[in-house]
Amino acid sequence: MSTRDCVLATAAIVGIGSSAAVADSPNLGRVAAPEEIASWDISVDPDGAGLPVGSGTPKQGEAVYAAKCVACHGEKGAGKPNDPLVGGRGTLASGQDPIKTIGSFWPYATTIFDYVRRAMPLNESKTLTNDEVYAVTAYLLYLNGIIGESTALDAQTLPRVKMPNSDGFVPFSRGK
Amino acid sequence: MRNKRSAARLSEPDAAGNGLIDRRIFLGTGAAAAAAIGSIVSPHTAMGADPLPVAPWMRVPGSPFVGYGQPSRFEDKVGRISASPPNAPGTGAARTPLHRLDGMITPNGLHFERSHSGIPDIDPDAHRLVIHGLVKRPLVFTLDALVRYPIESRIAFIECGGNSRLLYQQDPAPVNVQALHGLLSCAEWTGVRLSTVLDEAGVEPAAKWLVAEGADAAGMSRSVPLAKAMEDALIALYQNGERVRPSNGYPMRLLLPGYEGNMQVKWLRRIKVTEGPTMTKDETSKYTMLLPDEKSLQFVFPIEAKSQITQPSPGLTMQGPGLYEISGLAWSGYGTITRVEVSADGGKSWATAALQHPVLPKALTRFRMAWRWNGGPSILQSRATDDTGYVQPTRAELITRRGINAYYHFNGVTSWAVGESGEVKHVYA
Repeated sequence: MSTRDCVLATAAIVGIGSSAAVADSPNLGRVAAPEEIASWDISVDPDGAGLPVGSGTPKQGEAVYAAKCVACHGEKGAGKPNDPLVGGRGTLASGQDPIKTIGSFWPYATTIFDYVRRAMPLNESKTLTNDEVYAVTAYLLYLNGIIGESTALDAQTLPRVKMPNSDGFVPFSRGK
Repeated sequence: MRNKRSAARLSEPDAAGNGLIDRRIFLGTGAAAAAAIGSIVSPHTAMGADPLPVAPWMRVPGSPFVGYGQPSRFEDKVGRISASPPNAPGTGAARTPLHRLDGMITPNGLHFERSHSGIPDIDPDAHRLVIHGLVKRPLVFTLDALVRYPIESRIAFIECGGNSRLLYQQDPAPVNVQALHGLLSCAEWTGVRLSTVLDEAGVEPAAKWLVAEGADAAGMSRSVPLAKAMEDALIALYQNGERVRPSNGYPMRLLLPGYEGNMQVKWLRRIKVTEGPTMTKDETSKYTMLLPDEKSLQFVFPIEAKSQITQPSPGLTMQGPGLYEISGLAWSGYGTITRVEVSADGGKSWATAALQHPVLPKALTRFRMAWRWNGGPSILQSRATDDTGYVQPTRAELITRRGINAYYHFNGVTSWAVGESGEVKHVYA
């Protein structure tokens, strides 16, 4: 009886959803070289781990935005036809209709870089250069009044940007 | 919904107010039915009826075999409904027609979908799954390799964290159960335990989380506690016996039983083991619950106990007074449903419904209740209890705690008002 047959027999006894222990593995994963998976490793941590080499300023980002983003997100990130990216500060309080934007809601600036690089522009994602992603991130932060007009963002400065709602999140516990 | 015995009067004991009856009345066994036997009258003795016709499909051979079967052409109203934002036809959600289904399993063609940049057309031979980050050996897997691993099945519901969000609104949305609660489905998911491939890669002691990423154009990604990954997560390759549908992650998806659907990353291409959460877009700006104190609850993972009545429900008009079966679904991401209660008087009185077996943890549970509708105004509700002792709250209780801007994880009681005409409407009660 093979290992797999043993596992299946155990699972059959315990039934669907059993947690039959796997004593061994076929070991069919191929060890990946770092350079092989580097291009896939596009997640960026809040501490900046994963940010690539490159930089961009709000002014450079304005040009990227005009070419790639404005059709969906409107002039200066005002939104329409799709999500607004600017404004909404002060709308999170009870009794208001919350407008959740990068400026009013997002807790980490690194998330902007991560998301834009992987998912934007919608119809041609992963086409922006790293410099362009830094630049458009800088432009959106500038439009939200979070960084100055001439602030250049890179792997060192982006994680240090303090977002207005960075203290606005608490981990869930049951019963809330 | 079936009208069991129109206007037949039975001397059954009531289980709760406004006509709820012990469901054993339907089963022909048990005290309730025994008490009723002898008082059943046959109301439909036909006099002078025409002979039943022999239908044309009994006179000629039917159609030949096909490779992959489809539902009857008469079932063409049974379908998902979808909505997308402007400029993004593949973004958005398609909802399961819960009011047109029965049992606990969702057919694959009707399983709900939520996609963030369309459904990728993935060549399974070209697809790769990478495991890396805080592991001793970063690994690459092909689909052919994964199918050689020990395979397990879990019957599990998946519910979008944004399901039922319309019930946070001030006024009841005049829509049906599909539009309100249709981001909910249940299937038998079959695949490889995630812990198996993580063990093969060798997780480092500092690791507490992982980030899972899809191969769609959005590269949808979510952080998952490592403990959940090791507990019962699957790399699902099969859905109700066939390969996972493209809309549900073909050729492989992450299955995290009981957790909000967004985390169960479809088109899974990469798992990076990490020390902390990555704080992706969908675990910060989305899938967080804004409370009245301006704080947002983050990492709301398991779905709390919840239930709703699917039959009758809006659009399924009652066919006159008589005996009906009330049926619905209950589920909990924390465990197993232990009790479902039904009310026909807006929560004044409750009767315990029958739970249809199998009753499985983190799966949809079908409940049933007998109801003699007297033709008068009624408000139908259900509430679920799970094996942690948690009882599904009323909508008012939930809104008091969370306000109306929490958006996600609404699990309060839903109310259906039945009018004298038989029309069923969504109301707050």
